Amino acid sequence: MGEFLKIAKGLARLLMDAARDLLPIVVVIAFFQAVVIREPFPNLTDTLIGTAFVIVGLAFFVRGLEMGLFPLGEAMAQAFAKKGSVLWLMGFAFALGFGTTVAEPALIAVAAEAASTAAEGGLIGHDEASLDDYAYGLRMTVALSVGIAIVIGVVRIIKGWPIQWVIIGGYLCIVVLTFFAPPEIVGIAYDSGGVTTSTITVPLVTALGVGLATSIRGRNPMTDGFGLIALASLTPMMFVMVYGMVY
Amino acid sequence: MELIHHILNTGWVTLFDVVPIAAILVFFQAVVIRRVPPNPKRIAVGFLYVLVGLTLFLVGLEMALFPVGETMARQLTDPQFLGGDALLGRVNWLDYLWVYAFAAAIGFATTAAEPSLIAVALKAEQISGGAIKANGLRFAVAIGVAVGVSLGAYRIVSGTPLHWYIIAGYVVVMVQTIWASKFIVALAYDSGGVTTSTVTVPVVTALGLGLASTIPGRSPLLDGFGLIAFASLFPIMAVLAYANLAAWLQRRRHVRDQNGQEETNP
Repeated sequence: MGEFLKIAKGLARLLMDAARDLLPIVVVIAFFQAVVIREPFPNLTDTLIGTAFVIVGLAFFVRGLEMGLFPLGEAMAQAFAKKGSVLWLMGFAFALGFGTTVAEPALIAVAAEAASTAAEGGLIGHDEASLDDYAYGLRMTVALSVGIAIVIGVVRIIKGWPIQWVIIGGYLCIVVLTFFAPPEIVGIAYDSGGVTTSTITVPLVTALGVGLATSIRGRNPMTDGFGLIALASLTPMMFVMVYGMVY
Repeated sequence: MELIHHILNTGWVTLFDVVPIAAILVFFQAVVIRRVPPNPKRIAVGFLYVLVGLTLFLVGLEMALFPVGETMARQLTDPQFLGGDALLGRVNWLDYLWVYAFAAAIGFATTAAEPSLIAVALKAEQISGGAIKANGLRFAVAIGVAVGVSLGAYRIVSGTPLHWYIIAGYVVVMVQTIWASKFIVALAYDSGGVTTSTVTVPVVTALGLGLASTIPGRSPLLDGFGLIAFASLFPIMAVLAYANLAAWLQRRRHVRDQNGQEETNP
């Protein structure tokens, strides 16, 4: 009975947290509907049921994060550090970056939009085949760039390079590339940095970085452990601009 | 019935997102590490929770938030609603004040509910031993997204080139990095990438496309992009600014404490 009560209490807390996280959205939408737009609310029942789903889903996700994704990511990082095989670690880092990005729905959507933009700008033909070709190439390019980013990030953690030099170097590359890339691609390239990191990738990659920095002597999990996500959102911008230049 | 079908369908799609990741993890676990991780049962249940949670989350978003977000983006950018010059086919950026306000508000609100950000914030609080509060970090990031999306909306309305904003942003980030405590720099850079995922991207994209397709002279394909870039750059500035501010306040308090001590101990 006591066990059951404990679980119920934990569940209630998670649901409360999730409801609090969602509150701003509800307030914003209610305010703009009531004060600014002043039109009757469409489909109120669906909205209420959907909101309940979002709250329960968020609660489950956060619990699963603490039980599954975080411990596994850290355990694997520690196992790799103990094993001491840098080559396997690089392989894992690349597979994780490439594998989680290539199937990312947001990326697939952005790649398709980018292909239409390129067609509009006269870079490629308007037929189906060249659109698909372009979108597929772009997806592969972004996935490759994220894989490389995680590898560079892991090397950075092992070597202890300060993150700011890596990131500022990346910024300079992006600025230079911006002036050489076709203007149609620049907007997509800048956006592609943001869409690559999905909800499942982020906790795993964060746990990997923090786990590595914790198990390697002389590394601080706070200053060295974070930064993988930053790199994973930087390299796609460069690679997409280069893709636009050479395609 | 339709709802159940929708849930199962979304669950299936989410499963497909998780499968490649799970395959990579299992492969390296089995072939390279060759050791069962501690608490395998707990981890499996955790993965199941993530799967169930994301499915319900996505179904709920598609039912509740996305249609409403899109409708509101359309209503707010409608020339009939805006009135003034927009009805005459001219663009006056002042007619769009409600759009900037909505952009800021919805950018803040969707970021507060972003699961990836919750994940990183929880980890940051745990590692920093509570020196960084998860909710404080999320608040700073949400403020950054609010400013970013709002400025991005202004950029679409005014039709100014995206890259000047982004390059200027980079310069600001570099200058802030010089002054910021190295303790927080890596986390600040990371917070740019995590803000734009499940919740924020669809809503913000709808807003950008709505704006670009209703404003005369803007093309949704060429001008609709860029809001995500704003939403991932400005949180970096916000978190660094928060760190700059915290360091400055602490320094000031320190100086005041010393002065106070000198006064009480003559």
